[in-house]
Amino acid sequence: MNQSVLIQAIVYLASGVFFVPIAKRLGLGSVLGYLIAGVMIGPAVLGLVGEEGHDIMHFAEFGVIIMLFLVGLELEPERLWKLRMPVLGLGGLQVLLTALLTCGLALTTGLPWQPSLALGMILAMSSTAIVLQTLNEKGLMQTAAGQNTFAVLLFQDIAVIPILAIMPLLATYPLPISATEHEHVAFIDGLPGWLRPIVVVSAVVGLVLMGRYVMQPVFRIIARTGMREVFIATALLMVAGISVLMEMVGLSPALGAFVAGVVLANSEYKHELESDIDPFKGLLLGLFFISVGAAINFELIAENPLLVVGIVLAVMVAKALVLAVLGKVFRLKTDQNLLFSLGLCQVGEFAFVLFSFASQNGILAKETVDLMTAVVAISMGLTPLVFLANERLLLPRLGTKEVAEKEQDTIDEKNAVIVAGFGRYGNIVGRFLRANNIGTTVLDFDSDRVDTLRKLGMKVYYGDASRYDLLKSAGAEDAKLMIIALDSAEKSLELVETVKKHFPHLKVLVRASDREDTYDLMDAGLTHIYRETVDSSLRMGVDAMTLLGFRAYQSQRAARLFLKHDEKALAGLAAVRHDRKQYFSSARQRIRELEDLLSSDEKDRWLKDVEDGWDPESLRNEFKQQNL
Amino acid sequence: MSSVLILFAHPALEKSRTNRLLLEACRSVEGVTVNDLYEEYPDFDIDVDREQQLLLDHDYILLHHPFYWYSSPAIVKQWEDLVLEHGWAYGREGKALVGKKILNVLTTGGRHEAYEEGGYNRFTMQQFLAPFDQTAYLCKMIYLPPFVVHGTHRLSEPEMRRYASQYKSLLTMLTTDQIDLEDAKTRRYLNELLVD
Repeated sequence: MNQSVLIQAIVYLASGVFFVPIAKRLGLGSVLGYLIAGVMIGPAVLGLVGEEGHDIMHFAEFGVIIMLFLVGLELEPERLWKLRMPVLGLGGLQVLLTALLTCGLALTTGLPWQPSLALGMILAMSSTAIVLQTLNEKGLMQTAAGQNTFAVLLFQDIAVIPILAIMPLLATYPLPISATEHEHVAFIDGLPGWLRPIVVVSAVVGLVLMGRYVMQPVFRIIARTGMREVFIATALLMVAGISVLMEMVGLSPALGAFVAGVVLANSEYKHELESDIDPFKGLLLGLFFISVGAAINFELIAENPLLVVGIVLAVMVAKALVLAVLGKVFRLKTDQNLLFSLGLCQVGEFAFVLFSFASQNGILAKETVDLMTAVVAISMGLTPLVFLANERLLLPRLGTKEVAEKEQDTIDEKNAVIVAGFGRYGNIVGRFLRANNIGTTVLDFDSDRVDTLRKLGMKVYYGDASRYDLLKSAGAEDAKLMIIALDSAEKSLELVETVKKHFPHLKVLVRASDREDTYDLMDAGLTHIYRETVDSSLRMGVDAMTLLGFRAYQSQRAARLFLKHDEKALAGLAAVRHDRKQYFSSARQRIRELEDLLSSDEKDRWLKDVEDGWDPESLRNEFKQQNL
Repeated sequence: MSSVLILFAHPALEKSRTNRLLLEACRSVEGVTVNDLYEEYPDFDIDVDREQQLLLDHDYILLHHPFYWYSSPAIVKQWEDLVLEHGWAYGREGKALVGKKILNVLTTGGRHEAYEEGGYNRFTMQQFLAPFDQTAYLCKMIYLPPFVVHGTHRLSEPEMRRYASQYKSLLTMLTTDQIDLEDAKTRRYLNELLVD
């Protein structure tokens, strides 16, 4: 491996690791933390990264693509359909009005109309990465402002396509020689004009069909192998594949990923996909923000500080005004409107792409592009501060802060019981509860089983139950009981830890396969532990006694008392187990424990208890003595 | 020809010589059905439909059990609570059991004299059995005096066998309709009708 790649990785990772927790601790949010990290390692301060920062930014844009895939996953088609008004109306008006207003501002500086219009369109874009990430972090996605913000961002993503198509028409400057080798060499450009729309449409239709009819079975097959890393690889491969496909036909890769996400939003692998890809999104976005920070050209700012600051303020104020008016028209409450308009008032990462496109196509002068790139970067850097100012200074004065609604996307029924694992053990518990009309949400890791159960109309979710996010979306916050019926003891313990940490209100009932597991679960502080073989073994014992001619009631009582005795003995052994571990191998230990258990069966008083209550022997003797 | 249902309840029959002999005796009488409650329902989950059908199918109902703490073992109470449903056994619509005859068949450790006023147990059997009497009354059944084996703690083997054969005679008397109900109702114990 190339040494410098590793060193670069160290620089980026170290800056993130160092600054993000500090920013978080100071309440500034992770986005600002990454941006600061970028500034620190950038040419302005430490100079640890130079020109290659731009390549890294392109690479990190994959994070934005993944993010939109995840956003799509969260949005079932029905909900997307409900959003059509805000997307088309609000989003469309925002792009149109902002473009016109900023274009007008540009005209007043004496720029010709063509570059002014180009600038207007570019500056109309907001930063999906920063805004969505920040809203998610603050848990504001489900508020009215969050939903409308998302609608606007979605429209901007779509709008990139026509903007890219219009821009070349605005070219006024002579093309640089290298213009032909710009990165968006779409294969579609080589096609005759009449074929292009057909190709684009069929690519999108193909994407939807693929998602529905190909990817679901593929995920099922992969999931069946039980290898998580292959599952993750498949998911990433899919997102990357979509990006390339979309670029080939000249569409925004982020938009493609979003569509794929929506298509898969109803799949049983939704939650698994979400939690598997999420860390990659986080890392890549972090990288993206760092490179934005590093790309801020402080020299340029130092040369014309007033000009740069003036443009930044003018752009942000203009955007915020347009948004605020639209928010008002679309009947957002004041607090929501503030969040909405201030949240989207920066210029987004699409601008970087569009700027390079514009300069390569001779639409904007190099000086303008350099200046505006700095403006965009600063506006992005200011966004977390604007959020913060809004949250700390403006909203408290309103006092009407709307509480974030419950996440609607999550499993809709509020079931009191979550059953983790619906195998040969869990299915009995689950069926029993269902038969008694007790709502149960099932989590299972076996895709075949998930399929079957879903066909039977049950609410079953595929995924690793020990994951916090899956539990959360399964409604762990509202549930009362957590029934752990997993096959693997380690997974059970992991799940117990997750529940104890994040959902301490849940009462946990756990299946244990043998005494060893029971001890571990006891150590984890659980009291409702069920050894899977005990009850049926005892029932067999009862029937054996009855068949031998013992009274049925006597056999049953004997079994119940034996169970109590056994559990007491087990608790006693658990207490001394740790000392013993030092002396015996586990096999020796088990034999030793069996010895202990067997001997306790004899010594114990439990067996006498079975009949003592109805034993007239002592009474008989007393009667004889007293002659009653 | 009448039919007799014995609702037998003993949680530890393996400990009771007397009841084993009594139960043995009644199994050989034609027209008698023995319903061993603790054996049928060791988990106390009484099958109400089955029990109600059994009641409908018989003319005489005998609650046969040891006299624990001046009453019955727990399962008899459970049986009453579940089987004698309102609207079936009693209440305006409850007419399923009208006219059926019911009595207790009891074993007590204490001797007959202990169940006299001024005796060791201070009350008579009739007084102790008032809840059963009233239960029968509410169900519009005819409550007959009990058949009692007193002093089981000190019974000898031949004495026990004598009681067993008396019990068998009683059952034969009931199944062959040789009992004068009006006369029976005036007795303290049904034992009085049986001459060895």
